[in-house]
Amino acid sequence: MTTTGYEAVIGLEAHVELATATKLFCGCPNEFGAAPNTHVCPVCLGLPGSLPVLNRTVVEYALRFAAALGFRVPDESIFARKNYFYPDMPKDYQISQYEEPILVDGAIDVDGVRIGIERAHLEEDTGKTTHMGGGGRIHEADYSLVDYNRAGVPLMEIVSRPDIRTAEQARAYVSELRGVLKALGVSDVKMEEGSMRVDANVSVRPVGTEAFGTKVEIKNMNSLRSLGRAIDFEIERQVAALEAGERIVQETRHWDEADGRTHGMRTKEGSSDYRYFPEPDLVPVAPSDAMRAAAAASVPELPAARRARLAADWGVSDADARVLVDVDGLADFAAAAVATLAGGTARDVANWCTGDVMAYLNETGLSVEVLPLAPDGLAELVGLVAAGTISRNQAKDVLAECLRTPKRPAQVVQERGLEQVSDAGALAAVVDEVLAANADAVAEYRSGDDKARKKKRGFLMGECMKALQGQGNPQLLNALLDERLAERLA
Amino acid sequence: MSAATEIAAAVRAGRRTARDVLEEHLARIDARESEVHAFNLVLADEARVAADAVDAAVAAGADPGPLAGVPIALKDNLCTRGVPTTCSSRILAGWRPPYDATVVLRVVAAGGVVVGKTNLDEFAMGSSTENSAFGPTRNPRDVSRVPGGSSGGSAAAVAAGFAPLALGSDTGGSIRQPAALCGTVGVKPTYGAVSRYGLVAFASSLDQIGPFAGSVADAALLLDVIAGPDPLDSTSSPRVPAALGPVLGAGVAGLRVGLIDELVDAEGVEPEVRDAVGRAAAALEAAGATVERVSVPSVVYGISAYYLIAPAEASSNLARYDGVRYGLRVDGDDVATMNARTRDAGFGPEVKRRIMLGTYALSAGYYDAYYGKAQRVRTLITRDFARAYERFDALLSPTSPTVAFPLGAKADDPLAMYLSDVCTIPTNLAGHAAASVPFGTGRDGLPVGVQVLVDAEQEPTMFRVMQVLEEQAS
Repeated sequence: MTTTGYEAVIGLEAHVELATATKLFCGCPNEFGAAPNTHVCPVCLGLPGSLPVLNRTVVEYALRFAAALGFRVPDESIFARKNYFYPDMPKDYQISQYEEPILVDGAIDVDGVRIGIERAHLEEDTGKTTHMGGGGRIHEADYSLVDYNRAGVPLMEIVSRPDIRTAEQARAYVSELRGVLKALGVSDVKMEEGSMRVDANVSVRPVGTEAFGTKVEIKNMNSLRSLGRAIDFEIERQVAALEAGERIVQETRHWDEADGRTHGMRTKEGSSDYRYFPEPDLVPVAPSDAMRAAAAASVPELPAARRARLAADWGVSDADARVLVDVDGLADFAAAAVATLAGGTARDVANWCTGDVMAYLNETGLSVEVLPLAPDGLAELVGLVAAGTISRNQAKDVLAECLRTPKRPAQVVQERGLEQVSDAGALAAVVDEVLAANADAVAEYRSGDDKARKKKRGFLMGECMKALQGQGNPQLLNALLDERLAERLA
Repeated sequence: MSAATEIAAAVRAGRRTARDVLEEHLARIDARESEVHAFNLVLADEARVAADAVDAAVAAGADPGPLAGVPIALKDNLCTRGVPTTCSSRILAGWRPPYDATVVLRVVAAGGVVVGKTNLDEFAMGSSTENSAFGPTRNPRDVSRVPGGSSGGSAAAVAAGFAPLALGSDTGGSIRQPAALCGTVGVKPTYGAVSRYGLVAFASSLDQIGPFAGSVADAALLLDVIAGPDPLDSTSSPRVPAALGPVLGAGVAGLRVGLIDELVDAEGVEPEVRDAVGRAAAALEAAGATVERVSVPSVVYGISAYYLIAPAEASSNLARYDGVRYGLRVDGDDVATMNARTRDAGFGPEVKRRIMLGTYALSAGYYDAYYGKAQRVRTLITRDFARAYERFDALLSPTSPTVAFPLGAKADDPLAMYLSDVCTIPTNLAGHAAASVPFGTGRDGLPVGVQVLVDAEQEPTMFRVMQVLEEQAS
């Protein structure tokens, strides 16, 4: 299937759970994984007579995000009620922001392209419904259970402009956005655990035209990979439909990870009317100048700047810098190792991190924080290689053990007896012994042609290493052997 | 007679026991409650425990507070921990709130003794207390008549001597109109003066809790206890209000009072009511105030705007009664059917009417024409009042166009019923304060209430005017 002649127009809506200690409008813990309906109170259960009070930290987080991505923060924003009936929504309306969001007009640079962000607004999450019996589907279920622990958890919805053109760019945008939110410390942004959910609005149009095609909203992508797959599928589906002379229907489609397709959702006739109106139980959000200034001052180095700095300071590639910065805690780990480096270079540290350490993390699914290897342990390993105590190949084995056990690299080297013999005097003695013990070979070396000499030299080198139980410093040993053999030729 | 003030003073001084005071009031309830039906629930046992605790505190040398031993009735839309809170609706059947409203906590902390939960029009929607799932309340002055509404139970409880104090809520007149019809004092404080936390919402931007009392001094006593900032209500004013006790007795000399043309001459105002307002104005002049007529032109649009804004907010506030979490549930094959059956069985006709009105007013395509326009009218009314308050310290009008009307007289005519609140609604839309003070009698010897209106946070001025009217009425 080709999509030649068409381009896609993509806008993304990211819902991000904010990592506050308490919920958006009450003091209940904002905590994942508690027993059902234990993190609830009259406010987040929407009991009659209860009233919401805005969590100040949520506003601080939004202002920090605004400072990071250049959003405008209007003097006042307001909350609105989005009215619809659903059992997991305690009040049967969601407190959200509609016409006057807290942040407007931001942007983020993604691989040199600026993607506009139209708005970011605050809203409360809903509870979680579990359908019992009938295979978990609502229509066949015997009954349903609702857990309101998640009800009232603060969400920030971040709505991009339709500036994205490919699935790859969409993934890169989300990846960059995640990096920023993580660096700001305002969210865990884990798509797999639902702390970040991304919906995509996708339309296609013939290349060279300005008018937008009919857009389709796709939902239910729970990883960056499925986001990319879903968008690619949807682009192909829409182009095929247009090529077949069909019209695109404006609708919401569900991504099915198993069959790799999007499916139209059965919806009732007519579009939903949420009857938004200003939330009368809350006052306008009017952040003070002091709050704005504090938020601006709290913005740490963002991923793009950090990547550039690592590339410049450590001499690592852009790709490696991205791995270091994107993987939770990896760049901090590397920086801590570099800080205690006694021998070797920052680039060595980075190479181990993006190579063997990353491979181990990917293989085990562990995070950097839980590794038994401390940053100064990695620095020690790099130092051992730089000092010639162990070879690079030996270092890989040592690291493998240090990633699994709390042992220090020096301890592993000692236990395994891996120290290289690099003492020139000791090595020279061994070479002399070997040459004396192999007078035949030395004689053949002297009389032989180049090919024979090379062969005998290799044999003698092997004998030296054997005598050193493989722990001779190969560079030094080679040099000494060549020196001694040259003397024999003279 | 300021019953509550005297009771509190006597109990604090050890001259009377709270228990004795309570038994006297419970005896009155026993004697007349069956004909009045002021209460949805009388909390005799709980009240005895509370009264005994007050007495024990006094005996131990502690001060139980400014409401020491004063019996108080609570409108049944105020949440009381562990005690049924029904809003006089079937849909809240069996629900016991796990928490107390802020005002309830403040009343109890001040030594008040809660004697019961009073009847109301379902979810405070009505002006006669006939829209109650538990039957109407009757006016203690004439039991063939309504007590007004929606806080009819609270007004009747005070008028019948069941309790010297009661709390009600006022969204469009629901404290002032029943106060007028029952001959008690009723106060709608400035929006934000009293925390709404624990008041079951009807229309959030209009609802305010306020006192009923037999006297102006008693109303001040209770308002002083319940007013003030509450971190649980974002719309409560962060400013600590001026205490009202100290202004009592200050008189009205030098105050400028305006008589609102549009409300004095409103359609349906009975001549006797108009006369009473005229006599009230004269009494204020005699006491040293200047009184002039004033036009507040946009108040005539108050009812129209109110019946878009209040139902719109109500349609959203009442969505939560869906049978999922608490109260009534009528089962169905799926959730939507269960929701619909529950709401159909649980809500009365007036509540359904307003939910439909409000849902329509907020619908896409109609929002600007209805809800949006009503909000603009609200702004106009607020602006017109602001102009009037440039020239006047307080305004005067009838509270209700009529005296108490017979049960059933307007029950089948919603528009006639809505007109009962023509004089009270503008204050709610503006967020200002107003109160009703009994001033003489009208048709059939029934009580007439005069409304005193002031700008936001000008309750001290309002109480000065109220007190002079109270003195001059007798």
